[in-house]
Amino acid sequence: MLAADLRDAVRRGWIRVAPRVRRALTFWRRSIQARVVTSTVVLSAVLIAGVGWILVHQTRQGLLDHRVDSVLSEVDTEIADAMTRLAAASGTETNAGKQQLELIDPIIERGTSRGYSVVLAGPEGEDLPLRAGGGKHTAGLDLDSVPRSLEAHFDGVGRSTAWTYTEIVRTRSVGGRQAGTQEPGVIVGAQLQLPADGKTYTLYFLFPLTEEEDTLGLVTRALLTAAGILLVLVAGLTWLVTRQVVTPIRLAREVAERLAAGRLQERLQVTGEDDLARLAYSFNQMATNLQRQIRQLEELSWVQRRFVSDVSHELRTPLTTVRMASDLIHEARTGFDPTTARAAELLSAELDRFEALLTDLLEISRFDAGAAVLSIDNADLVALVERIVRAAGPLADQRGVRMMIDHPDGAVRAEVDVRRVERIVRNLVTNAIDHARADDPTEVVIVQLACDDDAAAITVRDHGIGLAPGEAAMVFNRFWRSDPARTRTSGGTGLGLAIAQEDAHLHGGWLQAWGRLGQGAQFRLTLPRRTGVTLRQSPLPLIPDDAPSVDAAVAPPVSVPEADQ
Amino acid sequence: MTPSAAASSYPTRGRVLVVDDDAPLAEMLGIVLAQEGFESRTCTRGDAALGAFRDYRPDLVLLDLMLPGKDGIDVCKEIRAESGVPIVMLTAKGDTVDVVVGLESGADDYVVKPFKPKELVARIRARVRRREPVGPETLSIKDLDIDVDGHTVTRDGAEIALTPLEFDLLLCLARRPGQVFSRQLLLEEVWGYHHAADTRLVNVHVQRLRSKVEHDPEHPEIVLTVRGVGYKAGH
Repeated sequence: MLAADLRDAVRRGWIRVAPRVRRALTFWRRSIQARVVTSTVVLSAVLIAGVGWILVHQTRQGLLDHRVDSVLSEVDTEIADAMTRLAAASGTETNAGKQQLELIDPIIERGTSRGYSVVLAGPEGEDLPLRAGGGKHTAGLDLDSVPRSLEAHFDGVGRSTAWTYTEIVRTRSVGGRQAGTQEPGVIVGAQLQLPADGKTYTLYFLFPLTEEEDTLGLVTRALLTAAGILLVLVAGLTWLVTRQVVTPIRLAREVAERLAAGRLQERLQVTGEDDLARLAYSFNQMATNLQRQIRQLEELSWVQRRFVSDVSHELRTPLTTVRMASDLIHEARTGFDPTTARAAELLSAELDRFEALLTDLLEISRFDAGAAVLSIDNADLVALVERIVRAAGPLADQRGVRMMIDHPDGAVRAEVDVRRVERIVRNLVTNAIDHARADDPTEVVIVQLACDDDAAAITVRDHGIGLAPGEAAMVFNRFWRSDPARTRTSGGTGLGLAIAQEDAHLHGGWLQAWGRLGQGAQFRLTLPRRTGVTLRQSPLPLIPDDAPSVDAAVAPPVSVPEADQ
Repeated sequence: MTPSAAASSYPTRGRVLVVDDDAPLAEMLGIVLAQEGFESRTCTRGDAALGAFRDYRPDLVLLDLMLPGKDGIDVCKEIRAESGVPIVMLTAKGDTVDVVVGLESGADDYVVKPFKPKELVARIRARVRRREPVGPETLSIKDLDIDVDGHTVTRDGAEIALTPLEFDLLLCLARRPGQVFSRQLLLEEVWGYHHAADTRLVNVHVQRLRSKVEHDPEHPEIVLTVRGVGYKAGH
């Protein structure tokens, strides 16, 4: 229960913090400056910490050494002094207790005035622990201050002077309560023989290290302050230095983005001769070259368009004259001898073909030049399809092909360029009639129309020669012929489907083909019902319902033309 | 059969001024027109076109767009400024922009080269066909008075100059106020085209008509657009 609550709380907390963490991470990933500054500061901190530690350590060592030296010499003086005093009194005094007091009292007194404490232990060799009822010592001093190791050292006679570090513990009575203080200190022990009883006693001198500790604290604080200031300075410096490098890079990035967005005249400012200036210079050179190339391409494209326009005019005027002359001759052919009359017929027919080819070529070049534009109308596709099928009636009758339209009730409105969609549908219908089985009562060309909310689709199905595997994607190629050996009955230019596909793409639509050898073909045109809408699916299937279900067995899967969009 | 023989065998149907810089085409046009019973004269320079027009007083002008001396568009504007005579443009460009610019400068119709002679003749006939007098008839639509017989449109007694085509367009709409005419239907009724033709013709001419008869062409009250269908007359 509690664990679950905790988990919940953690999750809630994370949800609240997560965006901020992500933002911070993004900033970290994107900002060179932040990374450089951070890593410099971290490295500097490590370095400063190391140097600081060595400094503090050495200072401490120096301070302690110095203190120990002075303490030892002081103890020597004290012991020598005491020895002198004892020597002066030797022989005359036999009361050991009194002599002890005579020995220790002046030392305690001096110790109190000079800040150290004294303990007199002993006599040695009698195995009496110091704490069990020790000798004289400075008032308020806890005997725990004397380390056992030192005590053990002096547990005997004739031991040399020794010292060690210790914690000096004092008890003081403050307002009736016992309060203890602890401070670091140096303890020095020395032995001397009391003439009164001839026994050896140990004198412990406890010197506090408060002063040294204060000095060390001061030095440490000074060092820490210095380190802090140094780190801030390093961070600031690094920030400034990286900014000098990063700012030009950021500028270059912005200019590159503007260049990419098509503003080709954008350039970087070049100042100085350093690496960044040379980067800017090279960048500008690159931009200039790009601009020149693009200009050249634009000019070429313009020249091409201009050429197409000129060719259009130059070819069309004489063609018009020839056309009219040919029509005149064609009209009058009944008066000619049969050979000349046939020649007049051929002239007229081939002029038709020539004209169609020229028109298609110019249309294709208009697409290539990007000069083709839609003239959008909200049109009824049902009426459009009916119009085209009606117009194709004579051709169908001539080939003995029946035609059928299948469309939903009511109008199917779509925002299209009527002229172009008419051209696509006319092309598909004429193609289907051309490739359907001629004079076969079972043959019927089916034109189907359907729509959903976003798209409208028109399929044209014939049951003629069909398409060989792989041909479905190639039918839209320019001047593509299905099989060079196969004779063509139609007088198409070979550009019709290529133009139809360009027209479909101009609408943001699809034109796709499906076909099986000997089982006919189906072409599907899918158009968005509103301009600018991206097509996702077609209301009609590309593969017709009456297609053999054993498709996969008949043809390899590569020929499924769904891939062609 | 010679052109002159053909011409003499029919009464003259009208006079056509051909303005085209291409001499063979102009001559061929003359031959075809003569065969169809039209008289014609050729002018090969844009800057000489207006003089020829004033001198010849044609019933129709065939005008090429690319002309030496003066642009076909400018010639079209000049002729339109002083006469409502039908103008048919001959253009080598099928591009929307050129066609629309030509129509906006005053042309009634256009044919794209290379055209079939029959198509051209059909369009010329549709433009110069004479209407039988229908007797005095006056229509009114909003604050406009249309005198059908006199081919005039007046507002508060002041005449508004319309070309014959614009007049026919207005008359067609005004005869059945409230009925919606599709562009296709208008092409049949007004232009006389029974085959599929460019519906842009209708759009441009409606704009031109509006600019002459509407108080505010941006918010038309006389010729109304019916979205997705066509046009109708306000009533």
